[in-house]
Amino acid sequence: MMAAFPAHDLLSILPALWLAIAGMALLMTGVFISRNVSHIVFWGAVASLVIAGFLAIVSPVGGQPFDGLLAVDAFGRFMTVLVVTGAVLALIMARGFMRRESMERFELPVLMVLATLGMYLMVQANDLMTLYVGLEMQSLALYVCAAFQQDKLRSTEAGLKYFVLGAVASGMLLYGCSLVYGFSGSTSFHGIVATLAADSDSTGILVGAVFIAAGLAFKISAVPFHMWTPDVYEGAPTPVTAFFSAAPKMAAMALLVRVLVDPFAALVDQWQQIIFLLAVGSMALGALGAIGQRNIKRLMAYSSIGHAGFALVGLAAGSEAGVHGVLVYLAIYLVMGLGTWGCILAMRRDGTMVEGIDDLAGLSRSQPALALALAVFMFSMAGIPPLAGFFGKFYVFLAAIDAGLYTLTVIGVLMSVVGAFYYIRIVKLMYFDDPADAFDRPVGRDLVPVIAVTAVVTVGFFLFSDPLLDSARNAAATLVAGVSPTGQ
Amino acid sequence: MSQWPLLSLATFLPLVGAAFVLLTRGDNEEALARNTRYVALWTSFVVLVVVLLIWAAFDTTTAEFQFVERAPWIPAFGIEFHLGIDGISLFLIVLTAFLVPVCILCSWDSIRTRVREYMIAFLVMESFIIGVFCALDFVLFYLFFEAMLIPMFLIIGIWGGPRRIYSAFKFFLYTLVGSVLLLVAVLTMYFEAGTTSIPDLMIWGFDEDLQRWLWLAMFASFAVKVPMWPFHTWLPDAHVEAPTAGSVILAGILLKMGAYGFLRFSLPMLPEASVFFTPLVYSLSIVAIIYTSLVALMQEDMKKLIAYSSVAHMGFVTIGLFSMNQQGIEGGLFQMLSHGVVSAALFLVVGVVYDRMHSRLIASYGGLVHRMPRYALVFMVFMLASVGLPGTSGFVGEFLVLVGAFQANTWVAFLATTGIVLGAAYMLWLYRRVVFGELVKAELKSISDCNRREMLFFVPLVAAVLIMGIWPESLLDAMHVSVVNLVEQTAGANEGASFAMGDGG
Repeated sequence: MMAAFPAHDLLSILPALWLAIAGMALLMTGVFISRNVSHIVFWGAVASLVIAGFLAIVSPVGGQPFDGLLAVDAFGRFMTVLVVTGAVLALIMARGFMRRESMERFELPVLMVLATLGMYLMVQANDLMTLYVGLEMQSLALYVCAAFQQDKLRSTEAGLKYFVLGAVASGMLLYGCSLVYGFSGSTSFHGIVATLAADSDSTGILVGAVFIAAGLAFKISAVPFHMWTPDVYEGAPTPVTAFFSAAPKMAAMALLVRVLVDPFAALVDQWQQIIFLLAVGSMALGALGAIGQRNIKRLMAYSSIGHAGFALVGLAAGSEAGVHGVLVYLAIYLVMGLGTWGCILAMRRDGTMVEGIDDLAGLSRSQPALALALAVFMFSMAGIPPLAGFFGKFYVFLAAIDAGLYTLTVIGVLMSVVGAFYYIRIVKLMYFDDPADAFDRPVGRDLVPVIAVTAVVTVGFFLFSDPLLDSARNAAATLVAGVSPTGQ
Repeated sequence: MSQWPLLSLATFLPLVGAAFVLLTRGDNEEALARNTRYVALWTSFVVLVVVLLIWAAFDTTTAEFQFVERAPWIPAFGIEFHLGIDGISLFLIVLTAFLVPVCILCSWDSIRTRVREYMIAFLVMESFIIGVFCALDFVLFYLFFEAMLIPMFLIIGIWGGPRRIYSAFKFFLYTLVGSVLLLVAVLTMYFEAGTTSIPDLMIWGFDEDLQRWLWLAMFASFAVKVPMWPFHTWLPDAHVEAPTAGSVILAGILLKMGAYGFLRFSLPMLPEASVFFTPLVYSLSIVAIIYTSLVALMQEDMKKLIAYSSVAHMGFVTIGLFSMNQQGIEGGLFQMLSHGVVSAALFLVVGVVYDRMHSRLIASYGGLVHRMPRYALVFMVFMLASVGLPGTSGFVGEFLVLVGAFQANTWVAFLATTGIVLGAAYMLWLYRRVVFGELVKAELKSISDCNRREMLFFVPLVAAVLIMGIWPESLLDAMHVSVVNLVEQTAGANEGASFAMGDGG
């Protein structure tokens, strides 16, 4: 279609180019320089992710390079920053773990950089093709990450499970894409919008949209596509799990939001019901399923299912305020989730990781600071003010009420009470119970800064929420406004 | 008005004290604990002074909110940091500031483990409670209202009795269920009125159908907090298992938050719905008064008995508030303050013997008057105040409530009065079994009377009970204008409803 290949297009995807080049360079470094290379690659990966985040912030937004394959807008930039933040913090936390578990190999940082590249494409996707390429790029990298401890049965099982179920989800997504293409004659989001606007009968596209939503629901582990989550979260190496719960979740959620709000905006009445059910199911299963868990990684898996449900409440509103709520929720979840994973990574006894929630018993005596931080995250996840988690819920429910979704809101707040039970049970273990054996000290130079920063942000969010709210509002506005002129 | 942001000072000063305690380090465990106690005591004492200054500067001639502080907080949603008090909230703040030093004093010796965490939890809680009563923005109010669960949960769970974990969870989850429904109401009101400012919402005038839903959502929260029958079952557990100071705060202040919620939100913002649901409130209150009094009569555990008596006394408060006339509301408010002092003092009274004998069972005691004359005197004052003897604070509150209730509904007044008789029965019987009789139990033979530290917090409480009983105008004076204003706000709805329903009287 396009004969010329304008340099301007390349410039506007600078972060992606940078990540691709950096990823390749790091891979080459790892392969060809044999000795003591892992920490060079590690810090190289951290640096390239930070630079990519910086490039994403400073590079101009508003373009749709490569004939509309990508949409470089404020929404994409907001989500890129979240994804990169998640990746950087998860990578930093992985350092000590990798050394202790003697899996200090250069591949993991490289895979994480490449996965982040895939996520960048996902959050900026403006075409079904880009969507699929980005999604697969991150997924393939993540399958390997999950199975990274290849001598541990649990890890390989997690990798395999993730791969098989992920492939099914990708299949559904592709099937949906092909249906949408078949009925609208276009893979570009604009084309789909135009077809929906012109054509009154949209059943075919609707069926396709349902399949696409199902495929993406798998990635955000929304009920009923959540089955893989507890096993993969438990089996994957803990820092990889931390990465799973942070970056890919943000990217997949962003993609879901963009797909539903942009190309399928005209079908809002139909997909609203689907999201409604996904949200209710996820909130309920996340809250009830976690109660029986004794392994903290599995517990966090159910928690992440529940949080996906709360974020979907905002999307179910289908409005600008709803998208705003989702974005704020994701940002807050990212911070408190990573903090919690940092605390979980600090659960070591005699050099090995322990994962039972009973191992936390009496932590407030042996390590008061760590216990305080984890208590902050738990109360925040339970949504108790004035911690950040409350505001996440506040803004999504605000949007849901605005859209008149009273039933959903009431179900949501009640489920948040059920969920509060297992979060405060962890506080109870740490503060009320007699101490178990103490964890290894020191916690580690790689974990302490991450835990400290995330805890401070979680506590202080209510004082300084304006910048986040403003940028989320801006992002939501461009996404929703960018649709209306062409869509309706 | 005043140059100083006195309300912010009173709200956040305890947090400064808590931060100070948190940051103090030391190798000597014992010395650190002692310093912590003094820091906490002095902090709470300074807060008390600030609050007394506020009281002194309070203008009793206006129903406007005073000492108002306003600053943008979340400008994107028009949510503000907005503080201010009127005659309704003033004394609840005074009560809080008064009880917290008492709590710290009474935990001086009885809390020996994790003193630092304990004092931090208490100071943080004081800050949140004062915040609840000062907040003039609904979101800010909700923030404080729910945040307070965290320190209370920890206080019950860490320093409580044998069943502390069950009680802490029950308290937390029960209250949280109510609170989240309140949140839904707050959000709905925000979209209806476009603001979360409490003074603005008071004059907004919501649609009547919507009012009923909002009222029920708020009721879920406040009725659990008050607690009204049948939502009261968390209370005996929480009171019994909490450490003495925790029970004092629970009974003295936390229960008042529910009643304050009715007074601040339900009545002025949703007047039509309040009138509509008045029969419900009356019925539940009457059941609470009679049923829980009977339950209290049969208790063997002193703390449980006082806990059930709290439910009954709070029943008087809700009857008073929903009588929606000046006597009733002032009576309800006065009863809140009186109950705040008296029930808190009764828990302290139990705490004194519990510290010595480590038993809360009535059967473990008897004939204490022979060994503890001072204790017997103090106990008697509070017991009579709880019964409502003229000359004590309890009388004024109950009398005004009954006067108010009589104007609104004779049957309600009649049934409530039976509660007073039952109240006298269980309190006098309790006193008889614990204090009088022969001192026969061997382990009681060496029990010591109240020491100086204990008298230090009992004397002001006795004084408060007597002053409130003999010269109630000292408090009522400041309430009058605000209450009259509130009655006028609800009056229109009341008349309209009585006309429509035919039997508003």
